[in-house]
Amino acid sequence: MAPVLELRGITKAFPGVLANDHIDLKLEEGEILALLGENGAGKTTLMNILYGLYQPDAGEIFVRGKKAEIHQPNDAIRLGIGMVHQHFMLVPVFTVAENVMLGVESIHNGIFLDRRKAADRIREISDQYKLEVDPDSYVKDLPVGVQQRVEIIKVLYRKADILILDEPTAVLTPQEVEELFKIINSLREQGKSIIFITHKLKEVMANADRITVLRQGKTVGTTTPAEATLEKLAQMMVGREVELVVEKKPATPGEVVLQVEDLHVVDRRGNLAVRGVSFDVRAGEILGVAGVQGNGQTELVRALTGLARAETGRIRISGTDVTKASPRKILEQGVAHVPEDRQKDGLVLSYPVHDCLVLNTYYLPPFAKGLSLQSSEIVKAAADRACQFDIRTPNIYAATSTLSGGNQQKAIVAREFSRPIKLLIASQPTRGLDVGSIEYIHRRIAQKRDEGCAVLLVSPELDEILALSDRIAVMYRGQFMAILPAAEATRQRLGLLMAGVRVEDTLAAAEKAAVEENPAL
Amino acid sequence: MSIAGEESNLSEHKPPAQQEKADTHAESLAKMLLRPARGRLLDAILLPVLAVFTALVIGAIVILVTDLDVLNLWRHFFSAPGKALAASWKTIASAYGAMFKGSIGDPAEFGKAIAALRATGDTAPLRQAFWPITESLVTSVPYIFGGLAVALGFRCGLFNIGVEGQIFIGALASVFVGYSVKGLPMYIHLPLAFLAGAVAAGLWGAVPGFLKAKTGAHEVINTIMMNYIAFRLSDWLLNGPMKRPGYVPISPAIQESAWLPKFFPAPIRLHAGLFVALIIAGLVYWLLFKTTVGFEIRSVGANPDAARYAGISVTRNFVLAMFLSGALAGMAGANEVLGVNHNLASAFSSGYGFDSIALALLGKSHPVGVVLAAFLFGTLRSGATRMQSLAGIPIDIISILQSLVIIFIAAPAIIRWIYRIRLAREGAETVLTRGWGQ
Repeated sequence: MAPVLELRGITKAFPGVLANDHIDLKLEEGEILALLGENGAGKTTLMNILYGLYQPDAGEIFVRGKKAEIHQPNDAIRLGIGMVHQHFMLVPVFTVAENVMLGVESIHNGIFLDRRKAADRIREISDQYKLEVDPDSYVKDLPVGVQQRVEIIKVLYRKADILILDEPTAVLTPQEVEELFKIINSLREQGKSIIFITHKLKEVMANADRITVLRQGKTVGTTTPAEATLEKLAQMMVGREVELVVEKKPATPGEVVLQVEDLHVVDRRGNLAVRGVSFDVRAGEILGVAGVQGNGQTELVRALTGLARAETGRIRISGTDVTKASPRKILEQGVAHVPEDRQKDGLVLSYPVHDCLVLNTYYLPPFAKGLSLQSSEIVKAAADRACQFDIRTPNIYAATSTLSGGNQQKAIVAREFSRPIKLLIASQPTRGLDVGSIEYIHRRIAQKRDEGCAVLLVSPELDEILALSDRIAVMYRGQFMAILPAAEATRQRLGLLMAGVRVEDTLAAAEKAAVEENPAL
Repeated sequence: MSIAGEESNLSEHKPPAQQEKADTHAESLAKMLLRPARGRLLDAILLPVLAVFTALVIGAIVILVTDLDVLNLWRHFFSAPGKALAASWKTIASAYGAMFKGSIGDPAEFGKAIAALRATGDTAPLRQAFWPITESLVTSVPYIFGGLAVALGFRCGLFNIGVEGQIFIGALASVFVGYSVKGLPMYIHLPLAFLAGAVAAGLWGAVPGFLKAKTGAHEVINTIMMNYIAFRLSDWLLNGPMKRPGYVPISPAIQESAWLPKFFPAPIRLHAGLFVALIIAGLVYWLLFKTTVGFEIRSVGANPDAARYAGISVTRNFVLAMFLSGALAGMAGANEVLGVNHNLASAFSSGYGFDSIALALLGKSHPVGVVLAAFLFGTLRSGATRMQSLAGIPIDIISILQSLVIIFIAAPAIIRWIYRIRLAREGAETVLTRGWGQ
């Protein structure tokens, strides 16, 4: 039987880049195919060609054995191909039903929207595929995971049986990821064929039937989770051996660099998001802050970097009180900040790379003399950093927006690490990055620690926290549940703390129960 | 605090790609520094030029459609196609011909003037021949200042619609210093009067900037409101405290020591304001692209969150940019009273401020683009008068032309579609202002 979808020799060039170079790909009916590759490997370009958003320069697409011409998304939809984009295409102020029917509205009496009919079909779909969602709730009120379900329903509503999911787990919490894969499996059981794009190896190993790996626009090979190992996949993806474990020397903590006492911070809506947090970070150690996203980590970091005001409490850096200091003052204390949202806070995307590399040092010598910017110095330092930090860009004059996510992050790291710093605050430093970039950035952070820098690492990814931290704090509802030495932090224990359960509490409760049962003890 | 030197600590930890050979590092360094070919310049010029050309074509159609005689001939197009085409050509040729003669000059007159100069040594015909183009330049000068004002605001993410009002404030302050201060030598009086206009309008413009910084009030609303206040303020002043004796609401004439010098005898009105404007345009370019002040302004405009993260005060730059924008607008007012009118009458600006928004867009908020766009607008405006008197084409056609140019600049997709120009790169389009939600 012919595969449900086959791509042969797909080639697509953009000015200066060969995004897809004779890519072949097969999708069998009722399978989950993982399309694995680093950022910039050409995964998304390939899928956009399949969905009719780009036209290939060469190559052919066959759907159910027949050659298909896909010039626009409507052609793809007609062929039963549906796409769930990484960034959702939903109207926040519309209900789920309205969003789903958008573009294929059911109508009664000629002009009126038939919301009920749409809602009924949505309920049918959500029953059939276990996609729980209320058709009448507004999209803006839904958590990200549920919004993604709406996107999937949208695709199913248009009767797609080939589903493309572009980096579906990038925006989800661990629990939501689990839910998503349950949904994907139930879709497969009912005969849908699925391609999911990712660079996360563990997801691939756990959920895919087959894995096709792309590297620099070429197909490297196809394998199955049974045949592959994490290391082998990583090597296929990056093209060299990758160390999945960060090697670092034992910590030699020095004097206290960051000292936080009873910090309270409100979020943008005025709710108390950080509620009485106290901790120290010493030179030469990494304090990891674990926790499910949205438990006050963002506000904690914003307060530490001067971007948000502390309500009460005190922040000291090497003894200097910076509780009410401006971002620049804090910066000048030798604080580097790798922000959580690199495109919003960390970069000016329309700037050339060289300007982003001096975004917070442009006013200091040698980059400025008085008022005058020294562009030759800026350009020279930028080129040097781009090489040193392996930022992949045609040159430093390219707009930062043209860089891949991993290289944008490297640009931020390059900028922050090229200043004399004594405290590094890194918030989700590898969010959305591929294995090669993660390895690289982790190594750089560990290296900074070894040089005697104090590091505060905030991340919802337990793997990252466990790989790097010397001590681990778990944040839950604006408070630190505990601060543990890394040696005592097991995945299980951290998981419980992240859910707000203190192990000591449970032990104590068990003990108490035992005592009550057996007073003789 | 210096940041050089720190790199050497890290260089031992080079990425594997560069560990192979020592000279690959130098190679990749050189590659990083290689400037790409300047394809962008063509991009930046091609679209505006095509926009203007297309506007002229559509303008020609409008001229034909509004001409009853020509329209009548088109009714009989199938019986006498030659007549309709010939009449259309004649109408358009005379309209645009008159516009050309009115804004650049009549080629025939140049010849005659040179002949006269050779024969008699009389320069009057020569001055007459050059008069149209110098008039276009005179009209362009306030446009340069106004366009720079709007462009500087755009660069900081601010939409200064208050240029018209700021021009009035600048003119009021300049004219006041111009007529009330007496006995100063020119080299003090003229700069003083000019700066008074700039500073007054700068402060006027800084008010909405301050309100935005402190309260988040949108500058679009507040600059519009400040316009009305400025208009009524100038009405009141010109009817009361600043009125010269008589019935006309007009200020006293300024002292000659505050006049911007002229270079040629009458009728040529070209004055030193043109050179001041070009110097200021150069200064704005330098400020925006070569100084830390401009880096801050542009960072705030391009991404205020990242600017804040980088330690730049967003609120301070809002106020500063609005002050500078207002000051540039004020220079337009100062230029008009010190260089052209030598007094201030009510409604003297007649829309320079609003046209400036359009030409800042046309010039892509770049000082060089603004200067070129200002010359275009000045030329159109001064040509329009002649077109009306010679060819009987209403002056309003110029408003239509200007509007069409702006529409095509604001929606470049139309021009791309007409001329089948592909977008050079994804994301090459520059967004000049942010939306209301910001």
